[in-house]
Amino acid sequence: MELLTNQILAGIATGAIYACMALAVVMIYQAIDHLNFAQGEMAMFSTFISWQLMQWGVPYWGAFLLTLVLSFIGGILIERLLFKPLAKAPILTHVAGFIALYAIINSSAGLIWDFTIKQYPTPFGSAPFFGSQLISTHQAGMIGVTVLLLIALYVFFRFTRMGLAMRAAASVPESARLVGINTSWMIALGWGMAAAIGSIAGMMIAPVVFLEPNMMGGVLIYGFAAAVLGGLTSPFGAVVGGFLVGIIENLAGTYIPNVGNELKLPIALALIIVVLVVKPAGLFGRPIVKRV
Amino acid sequence: MTALLNIKALNAYYGQVQALHGLEFTLDEGSVTALLGANGAGKTTTLRAICNMVRTSGAIEFDGAPLSSRSTENIVRLGIAHVPQGRGTFTTMTVEENLELGAITRRRAGVASDIERMYAHFPVLKQRHTQQAGTLSGGEQQMLAVARALMLRPRLMLLDEPSFGLAPLIVRDLFKILGKINREDKVTILVVEQNAQLALEIADHAYVIETGRIVMSGKANEIANNEDVRKSYLGY
Repeated sequence: MELLTNQILAGIATGAIYACMALAVVMIYQAIDHLNFAQGEMAMFSTFISWQLMQWGVPYWGAFLLTLVLSFIGGILIERLLFKPLAKAPILTHVAGFIALYAIINSSAGLIWDFTIKQYPTPFGSAPFFGSQLISTHQAGMIGVTVLLLIALYVFFRFTRMGLAMRAAASVPESARLVGINTSWMIALGWGMAAAIGSIAGMMIAPVVFLEPNMMGGVLIYGFAAAVLGGLTSPFGAVVGGFLVGIIENLAGTYIPNVGNELKLPIALALIIVVLVVKPAGLFGRPIVKRV
Repeated sequence: MTALLNIKALNAYYGQVQALHGLEFTLDEGSVTALLGANGAGKTTTLRAICNMVRTSGAIEFDGAPLSSRSTENIVRLGIAHVPQGRGTFTTMTVEENLELGAITRRRAGVASDIERMYAHFPVLKQRHTQQAGTLSGGEQQMLAVARALMLRPRLMLLDEPSFGLAPLIVRDLFKILGKINREDKVTILVVEQNAQLALEIADHAYVIETGRIVMSGKANEIANNEDVRKSYLGY
């Protein structure tokens, strides 16, 4: 029984990271109707920036906040420079753009900081949480940071005019323009926020997976699985999906014979396929009906 | 009266297809103008051209300033509210959020009291203010679309087929309210309608458009009483 509780709690902790990644993916999907394959690499690069800042002597939380701001600006720049010119391009052009971005960021990180695995600090320590063997303080911290982020995002989108404008621009762009919203800038803001959310995921998971240019590869697949499971049109679904994928991943690794650590990733992929076949809109998404 | 909107030699294109051919007309400040014509005559295109939502050439001046170099959202910010065909409701948001979005370019002061004013114009919206807008009936959504446009405190309101798909009684109410808004809030209105009889009742002036050209213009009552015009263009 203790093993089960332990695995579920650990699942929730990594699920928190998947939830962040899924949220970042859903934000960009809502804005431009495409999946950002480079989301993980953007998060990885942000994490390297925070590591570099700490190497230069900036304290952890200072580096954390500074990285959030830099990632936000970086996300906006990527949208303005790369994806705004592609706004009316066909889907394959977008896919090529995402793959190019993936490769560029990945190689740049390798070039600047090389491919050796680096230790990454945690501000929470890794002692047992409140003396419990079930969960470490870092895992509890990951969950806490994610919950705070979710509350902040909820308040932003539900109660601020900017949040309202962003939602309007994502749901009916033409009507949004007709009430005077600059939808193009709303998309850029969405990119900035997605990049910042991704950077939180990167900085939280780095102490677990260690810092290196390929650290987010697996995490992003889980993030995609979470977004698909929850529904690509639903930020709330993405979060629920994130926690569910975290738990499923851990339980399958523990209880299904022969799965173990190596075969956990195919579970995420299988989950994506099953959801797409059985319920393409996901748990909380709404089916998209298009007039032809 | 001075012209609030002045359109000269306006052409509009959908790809290679030209939809408007040298359209010319003016709107007087404070007036209600009806733009009448059959399906495909170019009525909707005219409204979309004013908001720069189609490719155009020619001149559109609003209060003396040219519009053609401005983006749709910047034209809206000048005080031109467009109630599009199909209403453009934000269906997943609540009625109240839809109204707030209408005023999103304004400062926050006065928005809450304007929402109350809209509820006074359209009491049914108050009853439904926390409902998702997509759950409203067609008539209610049309009222919401008009109310959302008014939240801009527009100087000019463009209405595209407000009667479309609505029951006759509801249409009567809606036009009565539009007339009231024109008189009380001094909003200039340009209304595109296939229901010519109704539009001519509230309009001061009317233009008849056929295959992208103005073929007739005059005072609304003159056009309404002109037997030939009625038979050839208005179909009643």
